[in-house]
Amino acid sequence: MLRFILTRVSLVIPTFLGITLLAFFLIRLVPGDPIETLAGERGIDPARHEQLRKEYGFDQPILVQYGIYLARVLQGDLGKSMITQEPVLSEFSELFPATIELAVCAILFALLIGLPAGMLAAIRRNSIFDHGVMGISLTGYSMPIFWWGLILILLFSVQFDLTPVSGRIDVLYYIEPITGFLLIDTLLSEEEGAFWSAVRHLILPTIVLGTVPLAVIARMTRSAMLEVLGEDYIRTAKAKGLSRFRIIALHALRNALIPVVTVIGLQVGVLFTGAILTETIFSWPGVGKWLIDAIFRRDYPVLQGGALLLGIVVMSVNLLVDLTYGLINPRIRHHR
Amino acid sequence: MTAETMEAPPAAAHTATPPHPLREFWGYFSANHGAVAGLVIIIAVVLVALLADVLAPHSPYVTNTTIALQPPFWQEGGSIAYPLGTDPIGRDILSRLIYGARLSLLIGIVVVAISIVIGTVLGLVAGFFRGLTEIFIMRLMDIILTLPSLLLAIVIVAVLGPGLMNSMLAVALVILPHYVRLARAAVITETSKDYVTAARVSGAGTARLMFREVLPNCTAPLIVQASLGISTAILDAAALGFLGLGAQPPSPEWGTMLADAREFVLRAWWVVTFPGLAILITVLAFNLLGDGLRDALDPKLKR
Repeated sequence: MLRFILTRVSLVIPTFLGITLLAFFLIRLVPGDPIETLAGERGIDPARHEQLRKEYGFDQPILVQYGIYLARVLQGDLGKSMITQEPVLSEFSELFPATIELAVCAILFALLIGLPAGMLAAIRRNSIFDHGVMGISLTGYSMPIFWWGLILILLFSVQFDLTPVSGRIDVLYYIEPITGFLLIDTLLSEEEGAFWSAVRHLILPTIVLGTVPLAVIARMTRSAMLEVLGEDYIRTAKAKGLSRFRIIALHALRNALIPVVTVIGLQVGVLFTGAILTETIFSWPGVGKWLIDAIFRRDYPVLQGGALLLGIVVMSVNLLVDLTYGLINPRIRHHR
Repeated sequence: MTAETMEAPPAAAHTATPPHPLREFWGYFSANHGAVAGLVIIIAVVLVALLADVLAPHSPYVTNTTIALQPPFWQEGGSIAYPLGTDPIGRDILSRLIYGARLSLLIGIVVVAISIVIGTVLGLVAGFFRGLTEIFIMRLMDIILTLPSLLLAIVIVAVLGPGLMNSMLAVALVILPHYVRLARAAVITETSKDYVTAARVSGAGTARLMFREVLPNCTAPLIVQASLGISTAILDAAALGFLGLGAQPPSPEWGTMLADAREFVLRAWWVVTFPGLAILITVLAFNLLGDGLRDALDPKLKR
């Protein structure tokens, strides 16, 4: 077991180095002087330019420069935002809870609907329900979610006035950030109505971000379930005279869930991609919107550091999924 | 209807000669109604794109502020001259959508063409040369796959500068790993087969083995992936356009149209509804086609 964990963890190291290399070189592809790019000072005076050159190590060979960069990254120094002069890492950790809150709600939404829908579709194979679920999920899979968000705003916020258009909470509430997750913080603050305001703000972004994972989970659950239902042990269970419910709930579902768990793990990358679009539509103050804003402000340290941090988060989650998968499925663990 | 009539001949001729591969393929493909629907929609979109100059009632660029934000013809205040209404600066939405079909198809085809050519070559090289070359190529692809696809595309475009060309390059890079993996996996299974050994024994060089012997035998999964890849490319390029990083205004690219219209969502539902619908329908059609192709070409799933 320990060997399995060690191999998997060591496999991540080249990926990590690769991501840092990418972040390191991308910033050098920006047309113009890299010091002006990173320091954000146009028409900088020569003495200051020389000082920054030394500070960033631009007078060194490129490999040494990468070494310096890597050492900085490992110490958590990702540079400072050119606009706010705040360290990139602290801005990221301030905004990240908002993105996580949204992502967790979206994946829960996707699971709560996707799992039962996929299961029922498999059980009633080729029924109208099955065709309906598959049709809807292929549509969800093809959905341009930036448009989907606008359409939902059009329907729920403009036509029926049910949900707010943007933000995380009504401006009249001030919630002291304790955990950074507004759903928890509003409950802790005991301010009247604040929790419901946060919930109402979450509904549309959750649906928008959860749509693609929902489609993928429904499709995956259906096909995993169909495969399992054709296995011999299901026939044995039927022959033993077990009830239909028992067969599905106890025998089929547990085995069908294994591939579904992996798929959920792989959806994390999709979620962050979606979060960038969702946060832009709903002005949700998370890391996705922060990155897009950084692009238009030409705030390169934020772009470089933020993308690197998101890459590391996705990489770590993938590793975690890999390890859990090994834990629940011994066949993977002992394979090579 | 066509499904039954087309399936009949191969079944009848079964005892005599095996059906022509294309006819057999069509038999499987046409049994999947979704795939046929996807194909019909794609043909329609292609025709619209080709005949844009004839079909579009107006120029996609001419602005006319006196008719700004006209609703579609069935709503009060709309006119049949501008069937789907006009945008905030008085351009005909239908005409822009028609010209946008050209851009979206172009994006899909160019992006997939770039990554299929580079991806196949890299995959063939990785599969044939093994060793360090393979490790290097595959690790690089793993890294690209680890990063969320749109995030990587956004970063690349942010660095290279916004625009249609750069966004196509970025999306092509992002979908590259799928083709590399497919080609490499196919090479590894194919090279152990007898016909490759036979070709090698009769003195075929590596290049000939790669492109004349092995490549034709791994086209099926590549075709399927290409169809699915076009849908991803259209979707991602539209997302970049929506974020202001793809095609730039006044280009009638569907994602860019949405970005332009975003702030008018509360006043004029038609300016946001139609471009997105066009994206959704086109992407859905390519996904349906891809699913159908996979079922028809994958021998494991054949009954």
